[in-house]
Amino acid sequence: MSKHKSSPPDNSHGFSRRSFLKGAGVAATGTAVLNSGLLGQASETHSNVIGPDATSIALNINGSVKHVPVEPRTTLAEALRHELHLTGTKIVCDRGSCSACTVMLDGMPVNSCTTFALDAVDRKITTIEGLGDPEHLHPLQAAFVEHDGMQCGYCTPGMVMSCAALLERNPNPAAADVQQAISGNICRCGTYPKVVEAVLATARSRKGA
Amino acid sequence: MTPVSQETQHQSKKQGVKDESKTVQKKAQETSSAAPPDSRSAELLIGIPGSRDGVKKIQRNVPADEPPQLPPNSELKVIGKRVPRYDGALKVSGAAKYPSDIHLPGMLYARFVNATVPHAKIISVDTSAAEKHPGVKAVHVLQDVLGQAELQDKAKEVPSRYPIVRYAGQPIAAVAATTPAGALEAARLVKVQYEPKPFVVERAKAREPNAPLVFPGPAAEKATAGGGGGASDVPQKGNVRGPNRGRHDAGPKGDVEKGFAGSAAIVEAEYRTQVQTHSALETHGLVADWKPDGLTVYASTQGTMSVRDELAEIFNLPKTKVRVFTEYMGGGFGAKFGASNPGAVAAHLSKKAGAPVRMFCDRKEEQWGTGNRPDAHMYVKAGASKDGTLQALKWISYGTAGVGTGAGSAGPAQNMYDCPNLLVEEYDVFTNAGPGAAMRAPGHPQGVFGLEQTIDALAEKVGMDVLEFMDKNDRSPERREERRIGAEKFGWAQKRRKPNSDPGPVKRGVGVAQAVWYRINSMDSGCEVRIHQDGSVEALSAVQDIGGGIKTVIAEIVAEELGLQPRDITVRVGDTSMPPGPPSGGSMTTTSITPAVRNAAFKAKGRFVKEVASAWRVPAASLRVADGNVSSDSGKSVSFKQAAGAMKTETVSATAMRSPEYGKRDMIFLGGVQFAEVAVDTETGVIRVERVVAVHDCGRPMNILGLESQVNGGILQAISYALFEDRRLDQNTGIMVNPNMEEYKIIGAKDMPQIEVHFIEDYLARSSTDAGGIGEPAKIPGAAAVANAVYNATGVRMYELPMTPARVLTALGKVKQGGIA
Repeated sequence: MSKHKSSPPDNSHGFSRRSFLKGAGVAATGTAVLNSGLLGQASETHSNVIGPDATSIALNINGSVKHVPVEPRTTLAEALRHELHLTGTKIVCDRGSCSACTVMLDGMPVNSCTTFALDAVDRKITTIEGLGDPEHLHPLQAAFVEHDGMQCGYCTPGMVMSCAALLERNPNPAAADVQQAISGNICRCGTYPKVVEAVLATARSRKGA
Repeated sequence: MTPVSQETQHQSKKQGVKDESKTVQKKAQETSSAAPPDSRSAELLIGIPGSRDGVKKIQRNVPADEPPQLPPNSELKVIGKRVPRYDGALKVSGAAKYPSDIHLPGMLYARFVNATVPHAKIISVDTSAAEKHPGVKAVHVLQDVLGQAELQDKAKEVPSRYPIVRYAGQPIAAVAATTPAGALEAARLVKVQYEPKPFVVERAKAREPNAPLVFPGPAAEKATAGGGGGASDVPQKGNVRGPNRGRHDAGPKGDVEKGFAGSAAIVEAEYRTQVQTHSALETHGLVADWKPDGLTVYASTQGTMSVRDELAEIFNLPKTKVRVFTEYMGGGFGAKFGASNPGAVAAHLSKKAGAPVRMFCDRKEEQWGTGNRPDAHMYVKAGASKDGTLQALKWISYGTAGVGTGAGSAGPAQNMYDCPNLLVEEYDVFTNAGPGAAMRAPGHPQGVFGLEQTIDALAEKVGMDVLEFMDKNDRSPERREERRIGAEKFGWAQKRRKPNSDPGPVKRGVGVAQAVWYRINSMDSGCEVRIHQDGSVEALSAVQDIGGGIKTVIAEIVAEELGLQPRDITVRVGDTSMPPGPPSGGSMTTTSITPAVRNAAFKAKGRFVKEVASAWRVPAASLRVADGNVSSDSGKSVSFKQAAGAMKTETVSATAMRSPEYGKRDMIFLGGVQFAEVAVDTETGVIRVERVVAVHDCGRPMNILGLESQVNGGILQAISYALFEDRRLDQNTGIMVNPNMEEYKIIGAKDMPQIEVHFIEDYLARSSTDAGGIGEPAKIPGAAAVANAVYNATGVRMYELPMTPARVLTALGKVKQGGIA
């Protein structure tokens, strides 16, 4: 019942949590960050140490830049929920074993409860709210409604995100592909059969379109 | 298993479904056959379309103000169809705000301080460092621990300033701070000094004469909705509480020893099941907002009214000053009734801090102490005559609900089959472990695991097909029809072979098992239906939707009554300021609330028609409300919306409460039959469930789409129970070793079988909807069906859950007992 999710590459954006925490790398990485325009006020104070108190960072969420105070230990899930009130992303196990907190980083599904908010700087973050809203559902979300791919609904945002990511990388999945893609998404109500139906129906209707 | 009565009335602290059965039965006897003045005699449809006995007519007294019986589903527009979930779009887009998503201005975050030892007297709790921690606004030390058994005679225990710690993880104190991290840091600064006591966490050890005592005298726990909590007035010796013998009209009868003497075939075995935790994805908790004019809470609960009542009682507030909202909630499965410890503590903290407080358990706390399905050790002996008639059934079971009660398992043995000689004894065994709670059909999945394997074995011994054996001994017309349909859809005749028929290492087999549950009706079920001048319609009730989809069903009923579509109806539930709603437990929600909804819609329609008729200057009797229109005999026809515009008042409204079940108030049961096909790899011990066919009844099915989802869920939870889940406590420390979601293994999508779900229509002539629940029966037979299939595949019976590869290999004789865990 494990799930393979791509973890975000540590330093592909010229900015890593480790160097951020150490502070020693501020000159080098700080430049990159400032150039990117994504670090807020704190980095402009020329302090050698950032953290452990909250520092304002900028996150690119659902197409817009949000400034959010985070501590080095703040997870992306916590920042989304507690600071930005984007509560579609759920915290359930808080240790990467249930996938209820799944969001996309640059199109890849990740567990936001085991991703530090700082690691999401300079990445394109898509949350469930960014996929579609109740008035304008993403076709996959509409299929979840039609096929009843939910009961209590608490796992549903994470489930939808895992399936959306699957359809991005594989527009024609077989049932087994869907089961693999959601193998880390725990649903206590037992909606898996209807989730698989919904994803396959979405793929079929896209093919037909 | 606690007795469950047919009809319940709301009780002050928690909904008791326990001690009502006697009252109900007494009342039933008093019901006279002549129609009382406020009722009419009506001819009602009763029976199962397509079944052996078909649909008949029966004369019953019906309250005079209730609508005529609905025709069969085939003649209805909305009810019984596949209706998408009312709040689906909000759930799939993350827009649905669950209690744990609520954010109020100035809201504080709370954390518990939990016991690190399983049994101790607390010497001191030092909160001074926590109080000084930055951002901390309030600290609370618990004076009472809720949701577990209590020592009846306090004098039997050495006086203690603080509650005695009886399991590792028990909440001791809590802090509220401006950030979640701050609260966690502060909680860690609370210093607790313990005087440890001897403890016991294993059921078998707790039964030994010199075992450490969990309670130094008799202890008892209040019953909860859906069958949690234990029976009252049973003796206790040491840690063992019992026997509890039977209930309803299904207690001990005959003489089992005579029955065995007259049996041609006897089977006898011991079965064991493990502790299963509810593991709802949203943990227990709520946001409490204490204000001078009252307490408002946003609770993740299965019973808005029971949360209100418990808080009102604890804080000595009138019920009007506590308002509970549960617009959404992330799963309960039986453990979320009442305010419980998080609720009481959050309210204390909010009162102290003068700010709203968010208190949700973390996953560990959820696993330690918020409830579980007790384990069971069942001794079962059954005998049948040569022709396969059940002669005697003896059931003795021990189970531990930790520091709680309600670990019985004899319900199915008492209620499934006709047996002239029956003896049951249920014992609760206290251990230093988190309290059990009602969990989706309390006592029944474990009871059926023992009973249906016994029936399978007995049928084999008398040389009968097990379905034939069931036909002979099971009087339920529902299950008879379900067996017939299921066998056909499943291909039983072709698939059922002799045990161990496959020569290779991977062996396939099929098995069947049945459910029995109770039709429970909460009389505290009300609904208001409003029709506004703009043609919009809303239905209001305090009832909560725990994922079963009652919002959708409410919309369907109102739409059906008013000739509209479900999307035309606004459903507002989960608010205690509305008409009362039943707790969602014991499969009682649909049974209880749907007649109130229909009756309210029917009355509101009457008032609406009167208004329109008056505006149109025609007799009300000449108007019809159907297909989105209002039309008159004179040929006038306008849309519902236009007609509403003619009303002189802004709103017409009607409220209705649940009326008692029509007819004599005897116990009615829900059935359900599930067939399973498995593949057992005899080299690795891995069991794969490949296919399940389920056939269920729930009175009049209301929404096939939602019902399918619930049955899927019951089956998957049962397979998870059968193969994976197991709460493990370390016997040396008393601490749970897998309080998470990876080592506490829950079924994932890759382990799901192909599932096929069918429903029978079962018209009962009991209410204005005849609808019933499905949550519990769906969960009951799965594990037993899989176990019977494993026996059919391998010829080796599995007597213990979960059926892990290690246990399968041990049973197959491929590894030595105890060689591996």
